[in-house]
Amino acid sequence: MADSTQPLSPALRIGVGLALAAVLALVLGTLAAVLARAKGFGALGPADWAAVRFTVNQAAISAALSIAFAVPVARALARRRFVGRGLLVTALGAPFLLPVIVAVMGLLTIFGRAGTLNGMLGLAGVQPISIYGFGGVVLAHVFLNLPLAVRLLLHGWLAIPAERFRLAASLGFGTGAMLRHLEWPMLRAVVPSAFVAILLICLTSFTVALTLGGGPRATTLELAIYQALRFDFDPGRAATLAVLQLALSALAMLLALKLAVPAAFGAGLDRPVQRWDADGAVPRAADAVALVGATLFLAAPLAAVVVEGSGHVAGLPASVWQAALRSLGVALGSGALALAMALPLSLGAARSRRRGWVEAAGMLPLATSALVVGTGLMLLLRPLTNVTALALPVTAAVNAVMVLPFCLRVMSPAARTIEADYGRLADSLGLAGAARLRILILPRMRPALGFAAGLATAMSMGDLGVIALFAGADNATLPLALYRLMGAYRTADAAGAAMLLLALSLALFWVFDRGGRIDAGS
Amino acid sequence: MLVLDHLEIAQGAFRLSADLQIESGALTAVIGPSGAGKSTLLAAIAGFVAPVSGRILWEGRDLAGLAPGARPLSILFQEQNLFPHLDLATNLGLGLRADLRLTGHDRMAVSAALERVGLGGMERRRPATLSGGQQSRAALARALLRARPLMLFDEPFAALGPALRAEMLDLVMEIAAETGATVLMVSHDPADALRLAGLCVVVAEGRVLAPQPVAALLADPPAALRGYLVAPKN
Repeated sequence: MADSTQPLSPALRIGVGLALAAVLALVLGTLAAVLARAKGFGALGPADWAAVRFTVNQAAISAALSIAFAVPVARALARRRFVGRGLLVTALGAPFLLPVIVAVMGLLTIFGRAGTLNGMLGLAGVQPISIYGFGGVVLAHVFLNLPLAVRLLLHGWLAIPAERFRLAASLGFGTGAMLRHLEWPMLRAVVPSAFVAILLICLTSFTVALTLGGGPRATTLELAIYQALRFDFDPGRAATLAVLQLALSALAMLLALKLAVPAAFGAGLDRPVQRWDADGAVPRAADAVALVGATLFLAAPLAAVVVEGSGHVAGLPASVWQAALRSLGVALGSGALALAMALPLSLGAARSRRRGWVEAAGMLPLATSALVVGTGLMLLLRPLTNVTALALPVTAAVNAVMVLPFCLRVMSPAARTIEADYGRLADSLGLAGAARLRILILPRMRPALGFAAGLATAMSMGDLGVIALFAGADNATLPLALYRLMGAYRTADAAGAAMLLLALSLALFWVFDRGGRIDAGS
Repeated sequence: MLVLDHLEIAQGAFRLSADLQIESGALTAVIGPSGAGKSTLLAAIAGFVAPVSGRILWEGRDLAGLAPGARPLSILFQEQNLFPHLDLATNLGLGLRADLRLTGHDRMAVSAALERVGLGGMERRRPATLSGGQQSRAALARALLRARPLMLFDEPFAALGPALRAEMLDLVMEIAAETGATVLMVSHDPADALRLAGLCVVVAEGRVLAPQPVAALLADPPAALRGYLVAPKN
């Protein structure tokens, strides 16, 4: 209970303190390192400013297109019942776990130079299209964020009370009136926050720009930071670019706070609303087109990864398997670290009267980006030690901090519920400290812990960011190994590695999420 | 003896004052309109709400600064009196040792307490597999096991039907008689207070009135309580 007069136990205080220290060190400490090294903006050339423009433009257009395509899909999901609807809604949550580089592999198979689409265009005598550059970056971002947009909008649709639709039906509203009086006001409230949420993701895009962008006309700031550090050995310029990246993210973050972005993986998206206005042939056809189109667009690249890759997994060279093992180690370490931070923070926030501060600190990583944190760490660590040797632990730590806000979003409500339902009972029995953790909190929080662990490990498994900054020739993770295979045009091995990475990421999530829910008791 | 010495409780804009004493071993009903502060009074005694001023004394000892679990009392809440993920034996065992390091003797005491409230042999059952009445009995068994001299009941039986509630009240009285516990029971229903056949404390209009015999109180209710007990005639 929030009004509890019980102070936090010393152990919990220490846990909260350590977690906060880790977050602040990795977010603000790296920021300070970056600021200290940054030169004036005068040091930036025209290519750097082009990167700023490209970053903002592609992010804005990607977010706008994601939302525009999501509107008909979300509406169809909100008002139709059909076999497989639940599965489709669940699948819309999966891209969160999908390694970006695997998505890119799939998109290349369909839309690439030798892809399915160009094959069909060639048969029709049309010039082949290129997936590289602005169009490709936007395509990949729409592919990655359309599901999130659909879920956010579906949330809005289902938040309209069913009674409202019943009243509208009793007044004889047609599709047009329904849109004007019920759906348009909802969209006006939901779309801005959804737009900013996706904008924020696309602003910090690294992997997509690395693989599909590049060159003077399609470089994002994150990619420019990477190139400044990796190829130009110019930490000062990297730091300046990092400051720009932070300024952009912080701006979008402030916008997002103003608009209160809803949590996207909420429950309760599985019930369609009964509607009386959508029985005509035109709405039916529109919904069918939206659903089939979106499903094809999202499923085809993934199916391509599975089809192309499955046969090549067994023949993967030993170096790829070693990279996979390294990735598993990083993912498990990162997951453990993320939970070690999220557990005390969520418990502290649930019991403390200074909840707001604890939660704000936990959300801090959203305002920065992996490459900025990586740059800061590089600047801090390089004078002290051989950074290449530290690539794996640094990657695990940065991944853990970056995933912390998502873990907290899952675990904080669970911690609050436990405290509200059983806090007083536990207090009245003197259940405190380690016994409280063992007997009350861990068992009751297990589903949330499992979900958060699955999220953290899967996201770390697929991450290609900090590792690209730090890794040497012989300590690549699986995503980096995949990137190198793609760059070397080793198509068969790349396909196999993509399949392996996809399978491992989903398996990690499945194992932890399932482990949290199995026999969780009531 | 439980003494509320010039006690002032505040929760937001809500204020409640109490200055009274309750004899050891007494059965006392706490009645009053909804929102009058009955639960808040119990929460203060149990240590969940810190008083603004005044003292709460048990047998001459000031309870201030004692954590809820360290106070000489057991409390049953309106709901959530059992942990749903633990079986009955574990739920009861928590009343003996919060870290669950139970001895063989403790386990026998747990079984005996379950037996006493009519739940013999149900050690391994989870709360969800029990009826509402059985869940109340299990919570009572834990209070019995804890054997703290003061028992606070914050309407734990409110969700039960009248017959079952009467049964639970009888069980409370039996257990109180066996252990010599002092009982404070919040209730909405004057019939409950009559059944306890002891004293009655009225909470109304921001004040807790001194205890008085139930029968006399119900025969001639004070103005603060009259509106609550008697439906207005039209």
